[in-house]
Amino acid sequence: MTHVEQDDDAVVRMRDITIEFPGVKALESVDLTLRAGEVHTLMGENGAGKSTLIKALTGVYPIDAGTIHIDGAARIFKGTADAQDAGVWTVYQEVNLCANLSVGENVMLGQERRGPLGIDWKATNAEARGHLESLGLRIDPRSSLASHSIAIQQLVAISRAMVSDCKVLVLDEPTSSLDRGEVEQLFAVMRGLRERGVAILFVTHFLDQVYEISDRLTVLRNGRLVGEYAATALTRGELIAKMLGRELAALDEIDAAERAIDRTGAPLLAASGLGRRGVIDPVDIDVFDGEVVGIAGLLGSGRTELARLLYAADRADTGTVRVRGDVTRLRTPRESIAQRFAFASEDRRGEGIVADLTVGENIVLGMQARRGWLRRVPAAEKDAVVQEYISSLGIRPADQDALIRNLSGGNQQKVVLARWLAMAPQLLILDEPTRGIDVGAKADIQQLVARLSAEGLSVVFISSELEEVLRLAQRIVVLRDRRKIGELTTTADTDVDELVEIIAQGDSKESAA
Amino acid sequence: MNKLLRHRLVLPIGALVALILVNTIARPSFLSVTVRDGELYGSIIDILRNSAPLMLVALGMTMVIATRGIDLSVGALMAVSGAVSLTIIAGSPRPNDLGVIAVAIGAGIAVTLIFGVWNGFLVAVVGIQPIIATLVLMLAGRGIALLITQGFITTINSTPYQFMAQGYVFGLPFAFLVAVAAIIVVAIVERRTALGMLTEAVGINPTASRLAGVRSRGIIWGAYAGSGLLAGIAGILYSSNIMAADANSAGLNIEVDAILAVVLGGTSLAGGKFTLAGTVIGVYTIQTLTSTITFLGVPPAVTPVFKAAVIIIVCLAQSSRVKGWVRRLSAARPPAPPRTGAGAGEPVRLGQEVQVP
Repeated sequence: MTHVEQDDDAVVRMRDITIEFPGVKALESVDLTLRAGEVHTLMGENGAGKSTLIKALTGVYPIDAGTIHIDGAARIFKGTADAQDAGVWTVYQEVNLCANLSVGENVMLGQERRGPLGIDWKATNAEARGHLESLGLRIDPRSSLASHSIAIQQLVAISRAMVSDCKVLVLDEPTSSLDRGEVEQLFAVMRGLRERGVAILFVTHFLDQVYEISDRLTVLRNGRLVGEYAATALTRGELIAKMLGRELAALDEIDAAERAIDRTGAPLLAASGLGRRGVIDPVDIDVFDGEVVGIAGLLGSGRTELARLLYAADRADTGTVRVRGDVTRLRTPRESIAQRFAFASEDRRGEGIVADLTVGENIVLGMQARRGWLRRVPAAEKDAVVQEYISSLGIRPADQDALIRNLSGGNQQKVVLARWLAMAPQLLILDEPTRGIDVGAKADIQQLVARLSAEGLSVVFISSELEEVLRLAQRIVVLRDRRKIGELTTTADTDVDELVEIIAQGDSKESAA
Repeated sequence: MNKLLRHRLVLPIGALVALILVNTIARPSFLSVTVRDGELYGSIIDILRNSAPLMLVALGMTMVIATRGIDLSVGALMAVSGAVSLTIIAGSPRPNDLGVIAVAIGAGIAVTLIFGVWNGFLVAVVGIQPIIATLVLMLAGRGIALLITQGFITTINSTPYQFMAQGYVFGLPFAFLVAVAAIIVVAIVERRTALGMLTEAVGINPTASRLAGVRSRGIIWGAYAGSGLLAGIAGILYSSNIMAADANSAGLNIEVDAILAVVLGGTSLAGGKFTLAGTVIGVYTIQTLTSTITFLGVPPAVTPVFKAAVIIIVCLAQSSRVKGWVRRLSAARPPAPPRTGAGAGEPVRLGQEVQVP
């Protein structure tokens, strides 16, 4: 297990870190060691305690027990400013800079060069330019931050850390919204910083990236330390096994895509020419009973927009929808619910969960809304339904009175799914149901979709992970630039390359159909 | 014990108990209740009776605030219901007839209910910000009341009408029993049905609630309508107490007291989770405070300053940030953290930022 060597070169030594939230022990006696000049990846499922550990290191959360040594000196962080003074800087997934300021102002914020007339912007921008260029970033410091891509903004955030003699740089899922080229650029910067002796703590969900950049790994599970390993010492399978505590053969067993679908009768949902001006061009889409229809395309191709029109979360201004052959006007989510449609938004926090309510209340919310406020779901029925879904979906903690905001992303997603399943839908529209959740919960959700569709539930499944779409969907609608450019029925030998080809080229053998 | 201390009603109750203690020390007769002709009298009883209008208004305000809204029009609506009701009674040849009084009260409350529906329409359907939408009636309501009374302060002589504010039932003030009944009805409507949970869902996350099929428009609309209705009843009680429809001073500034009572009770102005028990305690705290100030001989004009002082203390005590400071102060005392080189850099950095040539 953990080999605690004499860490003379340890920049960060966290020992026995324990953090408790009301009702949840987020971390229990966890150790973390970061050495100068290494990229150290923190691994674990959602809910394993990665974010909590990072927040302890960066001063966001006070620790309930344990010690933090930076450069051999014991530290107690009372806030992020303390951590930054000690040389610990963070770049979050959502960049925490001021979008309305210039790049130079962001980089030099609080460290502006001063002259006799206040801030000397020329010198400040020149210094900012120097910091940016040392990361290989050739952009004008006077340009507005908002005019740059998220990837560039992240590099600007890193530059900002470098201005203040950063010894430890925490990168919390920086790659989740970057494309391949941008990831390469980020990795080049990380390697450069490693040369300069910066200790980098890296968090990602992408296993490829873990092996590409990491020197060392620390694995957490359920708020406890599994161990610290050299990256070369663990195979991919071993790593996943350590994260999950079980083998992940389960995913390979899902082969829903090859299931035959009876497309002779009237489809459950047939939308023709469904569109909304300025949002998405008119799209034809059919969903048959028990069918999983995948929607593939790049970010911004109109996937989410199409899902929202199907559910009437946004109102379509063209097109007709037929439900089992009958023309049906869907104008509000309530009308969709009346047709037993369900929709899980990609924005789980903003549009899925009700953060300050309990797990149980979140699950019965949909049922209750359908019954109306006068007829409360009886307590016994509520308990039965909630317990059923907590156990069948494996929601952790298995406590219906826990506030949902204290749950991990994957568990929150399961609660949102439970809310819909409790209403016995006939069409489930899932927009990125597995985004930002760990491998284990991903497998759970995919298995659930495969099982429910085999039982007759129709599903519209959107994911930016093409393997996932290919694994689950019997038919795939491909979108690009807010237009439908193709549709293919998957077969045993449809592979990702073929799908990528269609997304890239915009034609397919069946696209004319 | 620890769990008890962390309960969210500890602070509001603590504030109320502290106020009662101060009063009792200053005036030992404060807690004494005397029985005359089977009716209870005393300072406490006065507080229970006089707080009835505020209680009604604050209950409605709690529901509106839970939807992320606010209702500034409640004071003006009190003036309207009093004006409608007294104008009907004053115009009737039989001001002591129970039927006439019932019609008058019903009309007064119906008018404010309609105004509450209007507020809800502006907020829930038209989508106007609550503070602006209810400001309309806050300003216009007193004018409407003056129109109804034709610019006069309508006064009446009607023993049954006076009974509402000053009469006794089972030895207790009738107005207090009205307040208790309102508390029970609101609690049943909110917590025995699903309305409370759905209201909280709408207040916490309107988008998610809409996608889950919650009729948020109806729920928000209903909260304003309810608030208007309760303000109407409060206006009847108020006019019964002075037996006059005073459009200019009926319910003056009561919206502020009601908001304070809700916040003191622990319901966040950001909406979402609400507590009716907290609001009840908040109302009695405000009312006790008002009567304390009067007793201490503070000129009425200065009263707001004292209220403000007490409010700020309670709000500070509720602030999670202040709680954090207190916790860190008490936690940091035993083992002084070793200060190292980097810590010394702090003042320098501060100096850089403050220094402006």
